[in-house]
Amino acid sequence: MIELDNVSYGYGDTALFSQLSLTLAPGSFHFLTGPSGAGKTTLLRLCYADLRAMDGQVRLFGQDAAALDRDGVAMVRRRIGVVHQDCQFLDHLSIAENIALPLTVADRMSEAAANLEQLLSWVGLGPQAGQLPPSLSGGERQRAALARAVIMSPEVIIADEPTGNVDWEMSQRLLMLLVELNKMGKTILIATHDLTMIRSLKSDVNARVLRLKDKQLTQAGADL
Amino acid sequence: MKALLDLIVGDPQADRAVPSTGITARLTVFAAGAMAFLAVFALALSLAAGRVADRWAEELSQAATLRLPADPDRAEAVLQAALTVLETTPGVATARALTSEEQQALLAPWFGADLPLETLPIPQLIEVIADDAGYDAAGLRARLMAEIPGAVLDDHTRWREPLLAAASRLRLLGWAVILLIGGVVTAMITLAAHASLAANTRVIGVLRLVGARDVYIARAFVRRFTLRAGFGAIVGVVLGVFAIQLLPNTQLAGGFLADFGFTGASWLWPLAIPPLTAIVAFFATRAAALRRLREQT
Repeated sequence: MIELDNVSYGYGDTALFSQLSLTLAPGSFHFLTGPSGAGKTTLLRLCYADLRAMDGQVRLFGQDAAALDRDGVAMVRRRIGVVHQDCQFLDHLSIAENIALPLTVADRMSEAAANLEQLLSWVGLGPQAGQLPPSLSGGERQRAALARAVIMSPEVIIADEPTGNVDWEMSQRLLMLLVELNKMGKTILIATHDLTMIRSLKSDVNARVLRLKDKQLTQAGADL
Repeated sequence: MKALLDLIVGDPQADRAVPSTGITARLTVFAAGAMAFLAVFALALSLAAGRVADRWAEELSQAATLRLPADPDRAEAVLQAALTVLETTPGVATARALTSEEQQALLAPWFGADLPLETLPIPQLIEVIADDAGYDAAGLRARLMAEIPGAVLDDHTRWREPLLAAASRLRLLGWAVILLIGGVVTAMITLAAHASLAANTRVIGVLRLVGARDVYIARAFVRRFTLRAGFGAIVGVVLGVFAIQLLPNTQLAGGFLADFGFTGASWLWPLAIPPLTAIVAFFATRAAALRRLREQT
């Protein structure tokens, strides 16, 4: 699905990580941990072609990310659902329209009606469908972001600190939604610094925990 | 045709993805309207100059004036001799001596209507009209010089040519102004599109995150600016034509103002301004959007 082979990246003269390799196999579940500033978000952005590696190769669904043109990147993004900590909604559109946005831009609006109702119900946002994003709570926004990430039925879901702005109960609910998606065959990569959250999933999913620290990616302890 | 229909009807969902930026929208409509208004006047100026030039060329090209020497004792004999020469000159269609009333009318602007013409040694004028083939002016002058010394043939070339050149340059100036207006419209719409794209950086980021292609993002901006510019131009053209219709119908400046406006097929020119403005807006916005999106990774 996603392969990073001896990838290096940095900002200015400062190398964030170097010679980093990672393979996300179909149906796998990965946590990416590490201290703030270690480069977790950068690594995720490389995984959905939002950044280009300075060195090494990133392969997305078998294609060299460096060789993708702008349309090629857009096509790859349709196969990867991304959940950001700050959600990134269009505030002038309702939550339902935001969730349906990937279908809108892919000119697949005919699929929206059925998928949308089902998804809103799955994330428990049916009553909030017509509301604008600023009027929703942090947890509701995160659930809406997750719904938007999966509406195209992508093969991979990448989440960057998806529970960063929500309480414990809501973070568990969000994680269980991601576990459900993994059980449906989706490949999941979650960046988080919250180890308690990772441990809480011990009995629910067979996940691999990766740690990004000192410019290197290592496996942190045994698989969950 | 389908592409045009798609552009006008648009995709409501896609349009809603980009919020309408109020000030940019209003400025685009205003700028397109103001430029279309000015373009109507530039067109009217150019067309009027063309009509005046054509009329002058047509009215004067075949006419000439023969001025006979003012000699009261031999006036009738000289007139007859001149008419004989003219009537026997190939290419002269008609030759007619101006009546004393006509000559008085010609002098009235300078000496007043009460001028006692018969008491003054006024040269007799003969109006000469050439046929389609025309006559040999140099040969006629030589013959007149031999047979009627002092007779002067004025075929209006001396003052007709500068007038025609002036009218022709005025017409060119009108078209140059129209081209300039087109350039200004292109520049203003490009700037407005850039401003709108800059104001929507976050929106563009979100659209890209969910897999939107550059063409999709650009389309929302292109359609919006094309319709705004087209609408503004329609308003500008309507106001411009209305303003021209309100101009007084005067014969001042050689009837120039009477020619200022649109008649017959020339009405198609102002009608072409809104679609042309929309086409300019379409390509200017599309180029600006795609360039901006390439720069904005």
